[in-house]
Amino acid sequence: MNWVAWRMLNGDLAKYLGAVFGVAFGVLLVTQQASIFVGIMSRTANPLRDVREASIWVADPHLQNADEIEPMADNAVYRVRGVEGVDWAVRLYKGLARARRPDGMFRQVILIGLDDQSLVGAPRTILLGDLADLRRPDAVFLDKAGHQSLWPGEPLAVGREIEMNDRRAVVVGICETSAPFQSFPVVIATYSQATQLVARERKQLSFVVGAPVAGLTPPEACARIAAETGLDAMTYDQFMWRTIDYYLVNTGIPVNFGITIALGFVVGAAIAGQTFYLFTLENLRHFGALKAMGVNNRRLVGMVLLQAAVIGAVGYSLGCGMSVAFFEVTDRLLPDLRGIHLPWEIALAAAALVVVIIGLASAASLRRVLVLEPAVVFR
Amino acid sequence: MPAACPPSAATVGVSCRGVTKDFGAGDTRTRVLHGIDLDIGCGALTLLVGPSGCGKTTLISIIAGLLDPSAGEVTLFGTPRSALAGDRLVDYRARNVGFVFQQYNLLPALTAAENVAVPLLVNRVPRREALVRARDVLAAVGLEAKCDAHPAQLSGGQQQRVAIARALVHEPRLLVCDEPTAALDSRSGHTVMELLKAVAVEPGRTVIVVTHDARVLELGDRIVEMADGRIVGGGTVAMLPGEMRA
Repeated sequence: MNWVAWRMLNGDLAKYLGAVFGVAFGVLLVTQQASIFVGIMSRTANPLRDVREASIWVADPHLQNADEIEPMADNAVYRVRGVEGVDWAVRLYKGLARARRPDGMFRQVILIGLDDQSLVGAPRTILLGDLADLRRPDAVFLDKAGHQSLWPGEPLAVGREIEMNDRRAVVVGICETSAPFQSFPVVIATYSQATQLVARERKQLSFVVGAPVAGLTPPEACARIAAETGLDAMTYDQFMWRTIDYYLVNTGIPVNFGITIALGFVVGAAIAGQTFYLFTLENLRHFGALKAMGVNNRRLVGMVLLQAAVIGAVGYSLGCGMSVAFFEVTDRLLPDLRGIHLPWEIALAAAALVVVIIGLASAASLRRVLVLEPAVVFR
Repeated sequence: MPAACPPSAATVGVSCRGVTKDFGAGDTRTRVLHGIDLDIGCGALTLLVGPSGCGKTTLISIIAGLLDPSAGEVTLFGTPRSALAGDRLVDYRARNVGFVFQQYNLLPALTAAENVAVPLLVNRVPRREALVRARDVLAAVGLEAKCDAHPAQLSGGQQQRVAIARALVHEPRLLVCDEPTAALDSRSGHTVMELLKAVAVEPGRTVIVVTHDARVLELGDRIVEMADGRIVGGGTVAMLPGEMRA
């Protein structure tokens, strides 16, 4: 009878496609919006993610997230190095600056200053130039999206000059970085160079990053650093979640995305549910005839659930497929959305939502079929 | 008028004793069948006639196992209906009862052959075999050329012939037809009834046709007349009152 159920479904193409569209629309909206939300939230921690060597982050005790930084005195790095169990520790600058082209066009940029000797946190993907050139006078690296933003439509090139804090900086390399939350260009320099490219403050050290000796876990090392220096020492995970939590709690981003995701679910469920229910209603006398002919309730439930499952599976595949295609296209064409993709966890959650949508859609239909008196065929 | 009508053939297929049916409860309870006693034999075409609302459809629904009687007993080929409940009754219906409906009730998405194969699929016959048997039965009703046509491509008469083929494909012992000619013109109605008589009536099968259509009465082997939930007459068409034959 499953074959009959399948034929009944695709015999009414308008309702079949209508219900599939409902599920696909819901899945597309939910997966696309949820993925962008997760991508944006993830971006808040991207500056940390790019410093892969460090498992310990030390900052001022009042720090709330990776973007609002209270600088520390430069000697903080020595205090951290002095803690037993710290294998190595180096300085890292992170701040906002203004980069101006010779023709006056400017962009706000994120400035990263790497430890001059070790270059800990240096970009892994160099598109143009040589990382060693970063130690040359006035040298900076620029991320690819930043280059496209400062020189739109122009091919990637090194040797271009920008002015930062009344100082000349030469772009000696182009690199890839993880997309930052603020969508600003990322300028990378050595620590000593970076502190020259921003207005001078009494304290300029953003973070001390490091790693524990072998045999000591990062949380244990962090506890020692905090106890001995009075600074805020966090593992990478702790810092990442503190930053993400800050944006979750203090911005309207979760609420706005949540509303859109909920709307996608409700609209998808409504379209799919209503269309599938109408399909069942229109076939009620056929279900009645099948019941009269000896199809028991179990088999009828199986038929209805099979029809609902086909709608769910096709709708889910189409919705997820469109979502993946969207991110494939935007990843190439829209730098602001680069790096955002459909995580498997969201795809799995969307599948669960589809089960709920299909469950709701088939529940009403099943009720009508189950209470149907087979004698109705003679009326 | 006799309260019970004798079967027109030697073997009794369906036997009703004191069958009563009430709908509703309390003050709204309505009795639509009043202690029906009736024996219907095999190998004959029995017509159940009477005005609208007299209980014909309720009676055949009870006989076919679609409704439970409020009181009384129906025996189907020696098996008491009360001994069949739940899935046993559903299985019994699947194996032993064929239906022809007034509005054909063919699945529009299926071809004629696929529609005819449905009762076999219900009885878990493999699809390939079911379709072969369905084509044979369609040939028997003169529709071998329409096996792959969808119901929308067939005339009303052709659709009813497909419905008859569907009702017979699993060789049921009881065939119940509800107003099979009501939606057809006079000529098609006559053709359908002749076909029914030719292919459905067999020694081991009981065929009951509910009809309003006086034009087909002459084709019945036996006529049972109902009024107000009771059997009020019976016999052959020649024995019917003149106004009914008219």
